[in-house]
Amino acid sequence: MKVKLRIKRFNPQKDRKPYWQEFEVEAEKTDRVLDALHQIRWYQDGTLGFRRSCAHGICGSDAMLINGKNRLACKALFADLGDYVTVEPLRGLPVLKDLIVDMEPFFAAYRAVKPYLINNDQPPLKERLQSPEERARFDDTTKCILCAACTTSCPSFWVNRDYLGPAAIVNAHRFIFDSRDQAAEERLDILASRDGVWRCRTIFNCTDACPRGIQVTKAIEEVKRAIMYAKV
Amino acid sequence: MATNGAGRPRPRGSGFELYSWLFMRISGVLMLIFLLGHLYIMHIINSVEVVNYNFVAARWGTPLWRTWDLILLLLAALHGSNGLRILIDDYIHSHGWRVVALAVLYVLAIGFILGGSLVLFTFQPVAS
Repeated sequence: MKVKLRIKRFNPQKDRKPYWQEFEVEAEKTDRVLDALHQIRWYQDGTLGFRRSCAHGICGSDAMLINGKNRLACKALFADLGDYVTVEPLRGLPVLKDLIVDMEPFFAAYRAVKPYLINNDQPPLKERLQSPEERARFDDTTKCILCAACTTSCPSFWVNRDYLGPAAIVNAHRFIFDSRDQAAEERLDILASRDGVWRCRTIFNCTDACPRGIQVTKAIEEVKRAIMYAKV
Repeated sequence: MATNGAGRPRPRGSGFELYSWLFMRISGVLMLIFLLGHLYIMHIINSVEVVNYNFVAARWGTPLWRTWDLILLLLAALHGSNGLRILIDDYIHSHGWRVVALAVLYVLAIGFILGGSLVLFTFQPVAS
């Protein structure tokens, strides 16, 4: 079938403002938006800028706003989207070119929550053991691929870029509730700050946007509760 | 684009935002009880026609209703102004304008609380 893509273009060296451009490509119902973007870039307009790495929904490179919703271009099928699809860069991050945004503010927030195992004990000879129940406690938040679909769908983040954002909180959650980690208190302190979890207004856009199906809002609420029980 | 791996400055931590968040939830639930009670008494038990100066004066003759109204005043003023404070924090990015908006908000909130408390504490019924 013929598919029309309406893409928001912007080249900072030439354009003063972003503009819309339409492309028509031949695609199957089972094709993904990423396949159409490839068609355009390889055969119609080589200047179209977008990111993708694995193209199979696990690297988190190709999150973009497709038909008004944050999705991974490599997981969005035309069967679900129809034959007229709008594609825009993620909101709330500076656009570098076309569909490519500057991810640095996103990763800076990610690094701020210390997203790595902190354990000052002598490392055991084998692995650090954990019961299946202890592992299940944070299973949901281990699924994050850092695509930024949640953070850039969050209205609180759009208006206040100092907010750490859902993705950073999800990745803090992954270690706060890990029985092998010892820095939960430190992370809860960071997230209890003005720009931490209290900026969340439980809008649920993040949960809707997550291509991995993580219950993002629930994770944020669990962190809020952990801070409350630790301090009140 | 800085990609040197440095984190952003460590966020400022304080318990204030936690208590502000908790207060919003608790005051919300309390106001539901106090406000619905208020509406029920003023508009359903008593018809609007009988609510006049004498009605209010008689009601405020007992400490119970003065306390009820004081609680309602404090909850509503603090809940509302705290909500506005958060909105100002979110939407006003220029430091100067933020200070101006917060100053106006605090003056108004304190003014409402003081004015309302003054009436509640000093009101003396006069026979009419």
